[in-house]
Amino acid sequence: MELYYYPAHQLHQMLVKKEIKAEEICLSVLNRVSQVEDKIKAFITLTHEQALAQAKKVDEKIARKEKISPLAGIPIAIKDNICTEGLRTTCASHILENFIPPYNATVINLLNQADAVIIGKTNLDEFAMGSSTENSAFFTTANPWDLARVPGGSSGGSAAAVAAGETILALGSDTGGSIRQPAAFCGVLGLKPTYGLVSRFGLVAFASSLDQIGPFARNAEDLAWLLNVISGHDPLDSTSRVEAPPDYTGFLVDHVRGLRIGVPREYMLEGIDVQVKQVINQALAKLTALGATAEEVSLPHSKYALPTYYLIAPAEASSNLARYDGVRYGFRAGNAVDMIDMFKKTRSQGFGEEVKRRIMLGTYALSAGYYDAYYLKALKVRTLIKQDFEKAFSSFDVLVSPVTPTPAFKKGEKTGDPLQMYMSDICTLAINLAGIPGIAIPAGFINGLPVGMQLLGKPFSEGILLQVAHIFEQNTDFHLKKPDLK
Amino acid sequence: MVPEYETVIGLEVHVELKTNSKIFCNSTTAFGGEPNTHVCPVCLGLPGVLPVVNRKALEYTIRTALALNCEIAGFSKFDRKNYYYPDMPKNYQISQYDLPFAQKGHLNIELNGNIRRIGITRVHLEEDTGKLVHPATITTSPYSLVDYNRAGVPLMEIVSEPDLRSPEEARAYLEKLKAIISYLDVSDCKMEEGSLRCDANVSVRLQGKEEYGTKTEIKNMNSFKSLQRALAYEVERQIEVLGNGGRVIQETRAWDEGKGITLSMRSKEEAHDYRYFPEPDLVPLVIDRQWVEEIRASLPELPDARKTRYQRDYGLSAYDAARLAAELELAEFFEACVKCYPQPKMVSNWINGELSRLLNLHNININACPLTPPQLGALLELIEKGTISGKIAKTVFEEMFNKGKDPAQIIQEKGLIQISDEDALIKIVNEVITQNQKVVDDYRAGKDRALAFLVGQVMKVTRGKANPELVNRLLKEKMQ
Repeated sequence: MELYYYPAHQLHQMLVKKEIKAEEICLSVLNRVSQVEDKIKAFITLTHEQALAQAKKVDEKIARKEKISPLAGIPIAIKDNICTEGLRTTCASHILENFIPPYNATVINLLNQADAVIIGKTNLDEFAMGSSTENSAFFTTANPWDLARVPGGSSGGSAAAVAAGETILALGSDTGGSIRQPAAFCGVLGLKPTYGLVSRFGLVAFASSLDQIGPFARNAEDLAWLLNVISGHDPLDSTSRVEAPPDYTGFLVDHVRGLRIGVPREYMLEGIDVQVKQVINQALAKLTALGATAEEVSLPHSKYALPTYYLIAPAEASSNLARYDGVRYGFRAGNAVDMIDMFKKTRSQGFGEEVKRRIMLGTYALSAGYYDAYYLKALKVRTLIKQDFEKAFSSFDVLVSPVTPTPAFKKGEKTGDPLQMYMSDICTLAINLAGIPGIAIPAGFINGLPVGMQLLGKPFSEGILLQVAHIFEQNTDFHLKKPDLK
Repeated sequence: MVPEYETVIGLEVHVELKTNSKIFCNSTTAFGGEPNTHVCPVCLGLPGVLPVVNRKALEYTIRTALALNCEIAGFSKFDRKNYYYPDMPKNYQISQYDLPFAQKGHLNIELNGNIRRIGITRVHLEEDTGKLVHPATITTSPYSLVDYNRAGVPLMEIVSEPDLRSPEEARAYLEKLKAIISYLDVSDCKMEEGSLRCDANVSVRLQGKEEYGTKTEIKNMNSFKSLQRALAYEVERQIEVLGNGGRVIQETRAWDEGKGITLSMRSKEEAHDYRYFPEPDLVPLVIDRQWVEEIRASLPELPDARKTRYQRDYGLSAYDAARLAAELELAEFFEACVKCYPQPKMVSNWINGELSRLLNLHNININACPLTPPQLGALLELIEKGTISGKIAKTVFEEMFNKGKDPAQIIQEKGLIQISDEDALIKIVNEVITQNQKVVDDYRAGKDRALAFLVGQVMKVTRGKANPELVNRLLKEKMQ
């Protein structure tokens, strides 16, 4: 196996034992990128030179016999809505096509402190709004398992890069499923942390009360290592949790005896592909065979998650995206007759259709006379959805569900019908509304396409989710399968 | 009979808090500076940044609200006020909507001896905007520039109830508010620098009516004087409109200082829909009762209490005490003077008289003038001792005011010591009597005013240095 498909934790051991150099890992990944990127198109910006320079610095540290951190010298790809100082951060939008942030997101500072090697910025649906990367203003990323299919979204570039061996690790962001859905479509692991576990400072906001940055990896241990680095309180983010997180690698133990699994009925109804249900049931059988118990549970307000989400997220987005007006940075339309005209032309030309659709939805929902009927009502339903989960977690340690109703769909299949596209997030939206953690792990295949299983836990129970993912991995080989990119 | 109208005014006052750093980031709040130098990614609203509340700004707001007798919320939150304008980096302002930090307060104003309680609806905190800069006038400039130095400076909004019944009351309210805030040391309160700004809601109604008339909102009043003038104009305009059978239109009007009129800016129909919603980047604030009580315990003596103390301890009139207490620096200057020269009434007369006159004339604050309390004390002592007359003292005082010199030095340099030597004066008195025989006759015929003329002549010869009481006595004796 080539280095680019090695687990991060294994590469770390090899570095420490001086069996390989960080530069070799970096070159392996960069070579892989040059081989397959034409097909996958995961990256908006690549950082060859900086990456190699960073890798060499790690090698020098090792040569000086300095202790290196677990992620030192490990290549990582960053979703292009996370600000990187001096490195273009586009959000896959024309409006920020040439925006170079003068500061780093907190997670980037943490990765730099850990000597991780940032190899590039990955494609996404414009401003993280979408489920297929087809809303990128630049190009669509392909699913490594079937190039005619989408990698999911919005963090499609990060998920595809991890699956295709174009990076070892990646960061994404998840507002309604944007990490878990592409992880499932691409056959990798993706974690949406509890709201407040990872700092949002420097993540270009889509919907502030739902957004979270999270890790992608090809195994649970790597996911735990990356989560260790990026989680924790940030004084620059008032919504970040003050209590220090645990060492997540400590949860990677070898048993699930006594684990109580709840299976939400509403996530296994019609609309979910029969074969997907079979994959989930087989995975549940595996977990019960390993000592867990599984029982059906109801989350009665689940059917309101989609409409609730599509009021709250666009409302916040309409306000968050108001700053892109051509005055201070980013794209500015020419030929404006006055200020208002400049605003209108800049935003009309700078934003894509889906972004404009959501800005209009959100503006409407917040307007005088509609606020109580839409936004306020949505906040109340959000509380009910949250309570559903609280109730379920009084009887269960984790909940298990599909991540998506179907495996990856074909490019262009849903672009004409926004509602169909929204439905592909039906199993993931409620988790952001509730603020709880969710992880997507490879659980099987249908016709050569990966299928993901979603594990949900109570707030700040990422450790247990990683534990279940780890044990499942130890007893299956779905996560080891690689797409054929010849 | 001409119908009698009653004026109804409510004020919205914005006060920039003098914290070191801005409300949601650590950029400086210093006034001025090269454009766009007091900024950072947060107050520029760059993609991905998040606000963090400045605790000091919150403390200053609560401090003010307590001084205004408000109820402090136990639970409060910030909201976003959405509208597009280039001086706002995010095209929304973080403000407070339905759960402000404080509500239901009041302050007392005193006008012509009458004390009235004016209700305070709410006190809340928000971020200030930047400023547009135009190379020419706003209508003729080919472009606008934006300076974000002010963007994110903590701004406290104090909204009054519609309790004010005249432009004079509105002015008294604003002056009182400024005095209180200055005492609290939470703002510079400089209207000319925009750290104290005031908008007014004005309406009129027939005397005795319960219902309010249609109101207009008046903006762009940049001094106490322009507030009073603008309101007086607007009240008259509304009464005229109604008197002609018309109706007042609900709108926002701008005061034009040069023309002395208010002009329509935008109508109610054109008003913004601000689409307020809770700020998701900031968690709601639970305000600790104990902290509030600590702030309450740290409140300084406020203008009303100080005024009462001056009346009680120093025997000052209500008017004099109020004038001194209205400005913290002046009040402290007064107290320092009294320490040097323990005759408060005399000190008060000089401060409210000559000193105030000169401060107004030069349009400066007491801190900007070089005069010190020991110097004023020394001057008053010289008057008391008879070294100089009260009249000469005014000349000496002006010199002290301008140059900061000691009075003794000025008197020395200018040879202004009062002549109280009877032998020296008697010669001059005799001369004046001989030269003004006709006036002397008038005096002897019973015209008292003639004496004043003769005293004046003696003062003229001595260039004002003669002891006036002595001159009086000598003249009277000589003319008997």
